Amino acid sequence: MGLLDQEFTEGNIVIAKTEDLFNWARLSSLWQVGFGLACCAIEMMATSASHYDFDRFGVIPRPSPRQSDVIIISGTVTLKMAIRVKRLYEQMPDPKYVISMGSCANCGGPYWEHGYHVLKGVDRVIPVDVYVPGCPPRPEALLEGLLKLQEKIRNESIVKPIRSGFVGKSA
Amino acid sequence: MKTAEEIFNQLKEKFENSVVELKSDKPVESFIIVNPLEVDKICLFLRDEKDLQFDSLMNLSGVDDANGTKEKDEKGLETIKGGTLSVYYHIESTKLRHKLTLKTSTDREKPEVVTVTETWKGADWHEREAYDMYGIVFLNHPDLRRILMPYDWEFGYPLRKDYKNPEFYQGMKVPY
Amino acid sequence: MALKTEEMVLNMGPQHPSTHGVLRLELQIDGEIIIDVVPHIGYLHRCFEKHAEAMTYPQVIPYTDRMDYLASMYNEFGYALAMERLMKIEVPERVEYIRVIMGELQRIASHLVALGTYGADIGAFTPFLFCFRDRERILHLFEITCGARLLYNYIWIGGLSHDLHPDFIRLTKEFIKDFRPNVKELNELLSYNRIFIERTANVGLLPLETAINYGVTGPNLRASGMKWDLRKDDPYSVYHKFDYDIPIGKGEKGKTGDCWDRYYVRVLEMEESLKIIEQAIEQIPDGDVTSAIPKRVKPPEGQIYTRVENPRGELGYFIISDGSINPARVKVRAPSFVTMQVFPELCKGFMIADVVAILGSVDIVLGEIDR
Repeated sequence: MGLLDQEFTEGNIVIAKTEDLFNWARLSSLWQVGFGLACCAIEMMATSASHYDFDRFGVIPRPSPRQSDVIIISGTVTLKMAIRVKRLYEQMPDPKYVISMGSCANCGGPYWEHGYHVLKGVDRVIPVDVYVPGCPPRPEALLEGLLKLQEKIRNESIVKPIRSGFVGKSA
Repeated sequence: MKTAEEIFNQLKEKFENSVVELKSDKPVESFIIVNPLEVDKICLFLRDEKDLQFDSLMNLSGVDDANGTKEKDEKGLETIKGGTLSVYYHIESTKLRHKLTLKTSTDREKPEVVTVTETWKGADWHEREAYDMYGIVFLNHPDLRRILMPYDWEFGYPLRKDYKNPEFYQGMKVPY
Repeated sequence: MALKTEEMVLNMGPQHPSTHGVLRLELQIDGEIIIDVVPHIGYLHRCFEKHAEAMTYPQVIPYTDRMDYLASMYNEFGYALAMERLMKIEVPERVEYIRVIMGELQRIASHLVALGTYGADIGAFTPFLFCFRDRERILHLFEITCGARLLYNYIWIGGLSHDLHPDFIRLTKEFIKDFRPNVKELNELLSYNRIFIERTANVGLLPLETAINYGVTGPNLRASGMKWDLRKDDPYSVYHKFDYDIPIGKGEKGKTGDCWDRYYVRVLEMEESLKIIEQAIEQIPDGDVTSAIPKRVKPPEGQIYTRVENPRGELGYFIISDGSINPARVKVRAPSFVTMQVFPELCKGFMIADVVAILGSVDIVLGEIDR
């Protein structure tokens, strides 16, 4: 936005479009559900720990989905877990975003062929905003995924949402 | 410390009919074949006998021997009829430092093995897993349910060699 | 007059910040007191054993990585060892040394996650950051060696994918030098912290008899006072050449086998691992690390059970070969799977808040439990 970069010389009124203001507020403090699934969850933890420091983008893990804005699907979603993932997603308040982290969550990853108990991509149960490739993605890759999500939020409109609600392929 | 042969002779003396054979012709490891319906008594004996003291169960694994006749139905799906499913027990004594492998085979159509949870409590989940993956029923098991697969999974036992994956589970597409 | 209470069932997980993954616990409670715990697992069942049957022997290695994702090096190590015994391959000495170095570095990295997240579970967030800071340096060492941070595919049947990076020895020495004071710092910050001791001492006692009967191994068994380590008791690789100690729980802050003991055994083990790495770096011979890798992996018909001391305990591979290029059966004896069975016994009679403390102290990895 560049608002804070400039000095306020006189007065204290900023004129901005509500849309921009809302988007700016939303993208600057994305609270994620403190929720890990598999190997990628370790990289997600590494991203929020020292060295990579997720906090600087306003991403703070929240224990409850009801206080969160973004859910990072970090790892293999199994059939048993898919039902729970869907329920977690449904418990989050709007506006909500999904980052699919790693090959397993994107498409089943190495388990695509013989994984009789693996859901081949989390987008079969919940809509995904950003896919981060890798097995597991490096923390830098996850950070870029987050920046992409911020870019997406920046261009959103209150009048006519880009997101069209639930468009799951099944159920 | 005792060798597999010594233990086999000792067992043969005690359980004449239920200890079948000592297999040591294949490379690497020898094992003793026992009767599936007597395995609990044998294990209890192995644990409590003074000079054996097998106090720890390292591993218990179900195995599909896939030695039955393969048949194809009209859709071209292969199923295995007859043959056996096996259970391997790897046990050791932490005090006397010896190890032993037991094997027991049971009928594929009606796989039944007696549980050893009385002897080693750690066998509980291993047996549940063998049931979950191969459908081997462990008689007298305290809580024989599926463990890894969902409780309502009704499409068979996934690690059997002729297992076919379902198209849908609770509305979710399973194959890629 | 005692208040009348009613039993209730409380559900913990699969999404819970301190279940270390997707574990669901069904707690039966009377007020705050735990009467029984029923663990439900399988939320991360990724069909490893089915994959192993469908792959060729070398192709299984990446899948072993993904079981215990905090100790990938050691999973590969165990699998490679089992296959080498089955095929009777002699591995060059240098390979064995590198494997030991990698394995012990991995043990430290794994324990750092265990200790850091344990602190975070109990309410101390700073040790988590400190532990991850040191862990990043180990991951960097792995990365310069094989190019991956978490899942390596580095230890192959009969050898290694790459030799060591020219800087590896120097960086490892630097790491060891810097890491020793950090352990001391961790002790001051967490191990001997009054609040931490209050939360963990005398909580979740695991008697030795119960532990052996359930088949519990690794740091959890040693915390109960038994000197049992497969590196010494069922030696493999070149571990017999090094001088190191096996730390056991002594009941320093409470009774032997409580949460604090289980925690502290891991802290002490890191120091022993450092000792092994130091000696291995001094003694490491020259040689070719890929010379013994077989062109075609086709073991003879037979079966083998091989076990190694993974950071969590006894990791066993039971491999049946039918003489073809695919295994007929690979069963993994996962240490966490066995440890999780004893968990209800540990919790009975303690408070709800203690469940988190006990769960953190046994250090499970769900990828390994469910496979």
